Amino acid sequence: MQAPRIVVQGFTACFDGKPAVKNLDLEIFPNERLAIIGPASSGKTTFLRSLNRLNDLDHGFTHSGKILHDGKDIYDADVDVAELRRKIGMVYAVPVPLPWSIYDNLVYGLRLAGIRDRTTLDERVEKALGYAVLWDEVKDRLHEPANVLSGGQQQRLCIARVLVLEPDVLILDEPCSGLDPISTGKIEDALVALKERTSIVLVTNNTKQAARASDRTAFFLLGDLVEVGPTAQLFTKPTQKKTNDYLVGQFG
Amino acid sequence: MRVSPATSQRVAVGFMWALAAITFAVLVFILAFILAHGLPHVTWSFLTQSPTSMGREGGIFPMILGTILVAGLAVLVAAPIGVATAVYLTEYTREGRLTAVIRFGADCLAGVPSIIFGLFGFVFFAIALGMGLSVLSGSLTLALMVLPTIIRTSEEAIRAVPYAYREVSFGLGSTRWQTVIHVVLRSAIPGISTGIVLSLGRSISETAAVMLTAGSALRLPRSLFDSSRTLALHFYILAREGISMTNAYATASVLIIAILALNVLSYWLMRRFVAKVGR
Ligand SMILES: Nc1ncnc2c1ncn2[C@@H]1O[C@H](COP(=O)(O)OP(=O)(O)OP(=O)(O)O)[C@@H](O)[C@H]1O
Ligand SMILES: [Mg+2]
Repeated sequence: MQAPRIVVQGFTACFDGKPAVKNLDLEIFPNERLAIIGPASSGKTTFLRSLNRLNDLDHGFTHSGKILHDGKDIYDADVDVAELRRKIGMVYAVPVPLPWSIYDNLVYGLRLAGIRDRTTLDERVEKALGYAVLWDEVKDRLHEPANVLSGGQQQRLCIARVLVLEPDVLILDEPCSGLDPISTGKIEDALVALKERTSIVLVTNNTKQAARASDRTAFFLLGDLVEVGPTAQLFTKPTQKKTNDYLVGQFG
Repeated sequence: MRVSPATSQRVAVGFMWALAAITFAVLVFILAFILAHGLPHVTWSFLTQSPTSMGREGGIFPMILGTILVAGLAVLVAAPIGVATAVYLTEYTREGRLTAVIRFGADCLAGVPSIIFGLFGFVFFAIALGMGLSVLSGSLTLALMVLPTIIRTSEEAIRAVPYAYREVSFGLGSTRWQTVIHVVLRSAIPGISTGIVLSLGRSISETAAVMLTAGSALRLPRSLFDSSRTLALHFYILAREGISMTNAYATASVLIIAILALNVLSYWLMRRFVAKVGR
């Protein structure tokens, strides 16, 4: 196997002193889709937001341990956080288009990164919309407001908006929680194609989705990583009783 | 006797409608009264000439210019400071004693009568800083007077921008400053502008504070250090000293039309802006 893209070593994340993720060790490899499942408040979102340092916005947030991205600790003082967030792109549970046109949403990150050339922007936009399986639906209305799109289209727009930045890791926090099965299917299809280009970390409350759309699955419970392994194996022969209880619906 | 709910509902609605109608009627009556007395005398020469014999004859051109200078400069000074303060309070500090003190101070200042600002402006700008009775003293005083309004309306507008927009922006690799400029302020512009237009209106119609700081000179101001009379003050003096009721009404008409035009224009600009940016 290739060297891991992300290495998490003994990482603990706290809010106001209370741990939300405890002493986590986990590796994320290039071109894999890692699903994270677990009941509410198990620290899944906290872990994702630690990966792109979005938790830094929270004044009560503290952490210990390391998260290495290509060997470098992302919490080192000399890390350019904006650059890190371009490399580790996040998609949220609720799609939030900025109140601009579809096109302006898509190029915002690129413009922040200093890319101004119109043809480059257009090319990257078309490519990203293609990966997010949205190009055909919006190619003739790129300059319409983004909020006229349906919920499912908005979520794919949000995925495309991250993909234009060509991230190393795409992290998605329950991206299908508000969507119908068809939109969900489109997003899962997009993820299959995308793993050629990036690592994918998919947090989901839907164990069936984890089973369908991932190569490895990690099970979180109350801030602990209980078990991680190849998806087929974790779902058929979990090694931990807690995992099994969760999968058969014992809690939550 | 019991009144049926439907009847009491109808009576209540009728009552409230009547009150609203009275309010509106009073407004229309006042406007109509002044415009009827004043508009016939608002001629091209009235707008473009200087007054003679204390304003009994001639026009109001120096006052129009004085109003634009004093009120315009006041808002030009107050708007950037006010918006920057609001951004600082909302985006750069945590809620705490400092923000509470600044906000409390702004609220107190907003309630201070304008004549007090006038007195302060006279003592501080005109005398202590040696600016004399001048456009500059007047506009700086008005800037202080409208600053709280601009801070508070900008703050409201900035707070109304969903927090999720900021998270998205940070997530796409923006710095705090870029998020403030491209996302927060851009979305808050309609609200911020409303506060600024409101302040411009207040500056234009202020009399007491202007009299004490910009003075009441009738001639055309040639620099920011010249004294100048604004339209509102001119109207006040004409009426108060019984110089010419006709010209007082005409001046008031110009003032009213200017303020109406300002509001309509800003409303129209805002509509266009919102339509273009998309909501
Ligand atoms: N910003 C925050 N401030 C304080 N506590 C927080 C914050 N974010 C999360 N927590 C706490 O951290 C714990 C883990 O929350 P987290 O959101 O990571 O769970 P989750 O696994 O994503 O749950 P869900 O499935 O409901 O989304 C919870 O107990 C939560 O209350
Ligand atoms: Mg969550």
